[in-house]
Amino acid sequence: MDAVAPAPAVEHGPSLRQRMAARGFDAVTLLIVPAAIFTLLLFVYPFAFGFVLSFEPKAGGDWLANYRRFFSDPFLYKTIANTLWLAIPVTLLNLLLAVPIAFRVRLMRRQRLLTTILVLPITLGTVLVAEGLLNYLGPQGWFNRTLLTFGLISQPLKLVHNYWGVFASLVITGFPFTFLLTLSYVTGIDPALEQAAATLGASAWQRFRHVYLPLLMPGFAITFCLSFVQAFSVFPSAVLLGEPAGVTRVISIAAATAAFEEYDYSMAAAIAMIMGFVQLAIVVAVLASRGLFYRGPASGAKG
Amino acid sequence: MTIALSQFDEVRLDRVSRDFGALNALRDVSLSIRRGEFIALLGPSGCGKSTTLNCIAGLLPVTGGAIWLDKSRVDTLRPEERGFGMVFQNYALFPHLNVRQNIGFGLKMRGRPKAEIDRKVDEALNLVRLRGQENKLPGQLSGGQQQRVAIARAIVIEPPLVLMDEPLSNLDAKLRLEMRAEIRRIHNELGATTIYVTHDQDEALSLADRIVVLRDGVIRQVGTPKELYEAPAHFDVADFMGFRNKLKGQVVALEGDRAVLDVEGARISGVARERVTVGSTAYAAIRSDDLVVGEAGSNGIAATVDTIEYRGREFVGTAHSAGGLDFVFRSHHPVEPGSKIHLQADDERVLVFAEPVQGRH
Repeated sequence: MDAVAPAPAVEHGPSLRQRMAARGFDAVTLLIVPAAIFTLLLFVYPFAFGFVLSFEPKAGGDWLANYRRFFSDPFLYKTIANTLWLAIPVTLLNLLLAVPIAFRVRLMRRQRLLTTILVLPITLGTVLVAEGLLNYLGPQGWFNRTLLTFGLISQPLKLVHNYWGVFASLVITGFPFTFLLTLSYVTGIDPALEQAAATLGASAWQRFRHVYLPLLMPGFAITFCLSFVQAFSVFPSAVLLGEPAGVTRVISIAAATAAFEEYDYSMAAAIAMIMGFVQLAIVVAVLASRGLFYRGPASGAKG
Repeated sequence: MTIALSQFDEVRLDRVSRDFGALNALRDVSLSIRRGEFIALLGPSGCGKSTTLNCIAGLLPVTGGAIWLDKSRVDTLRPEERGFGMVFQNYALFPHLNVRQNIGFGLKMRGRPKAEIDRKVDEALNLVRLRGQENKLPGQLSGGQQQRVAIARAIVIEPPLVLMDEPLSNLDAKLRLEMRAEIRRIHNELGATTIYVTHDQDEALSLADRIVVLRDGVIRQVGTPKELYEAPAHFDVADFMGFRNKLKGQVVALEGDRAVLDVEGARISGVARERVTVGSTAYAAIRSDDLVVGEAGSNGIAATVDTIEYRGREFVGTAHSAGGLDFVFRSHHPVEPGSKIHLQADDERVLVFAEPVQGRH
């Protein structure tokens, strides 16, 4: 065989493969197939199934009967307010706690150790945290016993099986997630920007207010959304630490009751749809507000 | 021009030191800078030049010594209290603020009235020739324009001292020359006292009134560009000032300020810049411009040509000696690679240095 074959005359343009690649379709694109199948089977299909199911009431009646029942029964529609009343303050508190801590941790050398300690509650799981809080904050728990011993209170404080028990549990389990997200946004800002602001005469507060805050707002919005969605779907701690028939009757409890006590899957699906819609509305509102802020690379380097 | 800078007479670094754990990044750096001077801190990476600048700006606390602005001590102040304008290597422009807001940032933080901010920002925009760009975000500007914004932002606060940390190192070669001229022009117009950090000796030579050469956290030499270029005091300063030919040999004779070295059997005579004694090891340093093809027996050494490059007005070649020394030389005529030549230098252009002490100086 000849070492050097004569080059064939060019008769046609680029091959189909080359043309596809130029439009962004190449072999690497196939790597999204498993994820697409996964999403389709575990999210899109159940969602579509539930959506259709919610319009087929078990008790008969027209297709909107489930939704009409939900919004006419205070025991059901009040769960939206109950859930929001837990999820929004918890998320805001977590964010407010995470920001100063992230600002301090960003300067530390032993970040990893501290991050590990802060992240531990995630690995514990909600049930273990709830059990711990029942022991710790309960009427015979260490917290009340300590206060009683020192004579600070004469009666044990009621800290569990009410709003505050769930609140405490959501803060503990939600904080690590909020903190890690916040930390990654805070450390993503070029420290030279703060140094530049300092040499220009900005005090620590001015540097936060005029440099960090505007650059961090979009990140905070995302963090708020993700943390909010987590808190909104609270279930175990609302049952274990709350007052599941009263103030902490959250929307997921209503859905669980419909599904597993009344065996009304159609109603449960309708509640799940309403739950999803409320979450979506809040998330869209928060993300839309990002448009008010600068969104771009958070570094002063040449782009 | 109403931007009024440098309302002081002298900045003085008094035995400034900075340790990072066991590492002395700066050791007893003393330097006095007069009003209106343009000082270049020059040295290889890791020599402590950026550390010096950060210590002056207040971004790094000093671990020893003091910094004085006339009679007031500034090294104990926070950076925002010192108010030295700084131009960062990556510009550090605020990405969410437009050009006008970036330049006006320092004045706004000082709570100046809006009318005054507008007027001063306009002046600064004129000075750096960025009129018409004031509403763009930094991301929409070219590298050179970003650099201009960074300079305008630093000088509009009328700082006693302007600090520049390798401001041109992110620009391409052509833009670097243009911005160099710009920095010179702005300095001439404002007379701002400037400390400029660079590792590029051309930049330092062309911009500075005085150059400070640092190495391993110690000042090796301070002088005008001409002094440093023509009379480097130490071997490492010479190395940094473009003396690319370094010939190691033994001192065989001393005659006045001249020392004669034996380099691989050849006799090379030069001006002794450091105290050397007969029999000691020393280096002869020769710029590539001063090493030319000459007659055998003249002040120089035999060599074999390796490469030859055409550079327009002349040729630049590389060669090596029998003992393995490498040379860079200049020639008016092309010489064949592989040919034997005699390289020679005027003995006034050869500098003789003692063998540098290994490790820290």
